[in-house]
Amino acid sequence: MNDNYLTVSALTRYIKRKFEMDKHLNDVWLKGEISNFKHHSRGHMYLTIKDDQARIKAVMFAGYNRTLKFEPEDGMNVLIKGEINVYEPQGQYQLYIQQMEPDGVGALYVAFEQLKDKLTKEGLFDHDRKLPLPLYPKHIGVITSPTGAAVRDILITLKRRYPIANITIFPALVQGEMAPSSIANAIKQANQLKTIDVLIAGRGGGSIEELWAFNEEAVARAIADSTIPIISAVGHETDVTIADFVADVRAATPTGAAELAVPSIQELEEKIRTWNHSLNRNMQYNLDQSAKHLERLKKSYAFRYPVQLLNQKEQDLDKLVERLAKATKQIQSNESKRYEQVMKRLTYQHPEAQRKLAEKQLIQIMERKQRAMQIIYTLKNRQFINVVEKLEVLSPLHTMKRGYAIAYGGNGSLIQSTKEIQPGEAISVKVVDGTLDCHVTGIKEDLEND
Amino acid sequence: MTDKEKEVSFEQAMEDLEAIVEKLEEGEVPLEKAIQYYQQGMELSKVCSNKLTNVEKQMTNIINEQGDLKAFSVQEEE
Repeated sequence: MNDNYLTVSALTRYIKRKFEMDKHLNDVWLKGEISNFKHHSRGHMYLTIKDDQARIKAVMFAGYNRTLKFEPEDGMNVLIKGEINVYEPQGQYQLYIQQMEPDGVGALYVAFEQLKDKLTKEGLFDHDRKLPLPLYPKHIGVITSPTGAAVRDILITLKRRYPIANITIFPALVQGEMAPSSIANAIKQANQLKTIDVLIAGRGGGSIEELWAFNEEAVARAIADSTIPIISAVGHETDVTIADFVADVRAATPTGAAELAVPSIQELEEKIRTWNHSLNRNMQYNLDQSAKHLERLKKSYAFRYPVQLLNQKEQDLDKLVERLAKATKQIQSNESKRYEQVMKRLTYQHPEAQRKLAEKQLIQIMERKQRAMQIIYTLKNRQFINVVEKLEVLSPLHTMKRGYAIAYGGNGSLIQSTKEIQPGEAISVKVVDGTLDCHVTGIKEDLEND
Repeated sequence: MTDKEKEVSFEQAMEDLEAIVEKLEEGEVPLEKAIQYYQQGMELSKVCSNKLTNVEKQMTNIINEQGDLKAFSVQEEE
């Protein structure tokens, strides 16, 4: 009994084998809508494919999805080739996708739209990234197949329009697997040369597959990175590629690109003629203006009536002279007034005046001195007379008048003692009216000697 | 071509000429200066014309795999 029971694993394995045996499930061509799309970080894609009534889990391993030309998105209708198998751990049958492409529009179209969106978001198409084309390129680089019609169209047009520029052709594969890297490398190579002023990159017309290289990211990035301005020229009027969006200028055709790359020699000659004309016209105008100006100056009042002008000036001069005289006079009188004042003050200060004054003062002082002397003299005289009178009263002469005499020694000194004189000595005796010269014959001393 | 014409590039000559024309068109240029400009402008326009008429032969080269330049010519269709 027990042997009739299976394990889950065994049953699942059995179911798995059933799936694998079924020829139809090994080779499933399916169309449906993507939902729950998840691109796992390890590279595998997990998604659900559904229509309005059913759904099936699906997986697309990295090994398969690497070649996808587009990034699957929810809501996208796709055409799928793959096989159905069982994922045992989950007991789940699922679709293992080998190939997938968008339904309705081609895969290339989707890839185009997606890359366009991506690069738009990055700003690669921004107008302010565009480099200006040189007006007069000296050296033009052409990136295209050296054997196609495009290169011939470009060269013929360049030669016709602007034969003075040099051209270098960078041969590139413009279709096939190797084309994108070939074009990108040619762009880099041209940039390394450092002498190219402008680049034309393109090819003639063809199917979308043939033009595809110009929708590849590698080419778009090479164009974006170029420091040389690039004119893209892919196919015909109607073909617009990613390269066209990234390029600095888009031309509709290779011939158009050559026309955009260089000015036309006829136009330049026309331009130079125009400028020449303008130079002449302007110069003429300038001269005319100057001549007119000169004429105006010549006709001006001053030139026509120089006498008037002179008269006027004469009058002006007179007025000025008058004013000058007046002013001078004024100054003069002011000055002489000042002079007089100064002189007055000076005379006042003059030394002669001072001398006279001093003299006067001296005379006055002398007179006062004289008077004072007089007074003093008189006074002194009177005093003297008084003294003399007093003296006379006291004078020994008075005494002598009464008979006294005075004896003087030989030496003329007053004899006041007997001891002063020796007998035989000459003495003189003064009496009131003269002197007696005497010899001492004898000396008698008084006895009483108090 | 004179030496003077050789040393100035066509592009430079064109730019200078345009600048001079603009200056003159603005007016307000003193007469002496204007005459100077005019003479320069005339010389430049002669240089430009000469460069265009006496075209040096256009060089067309192609870069080979070794990165060398080789002369390249296309057969024009009759």
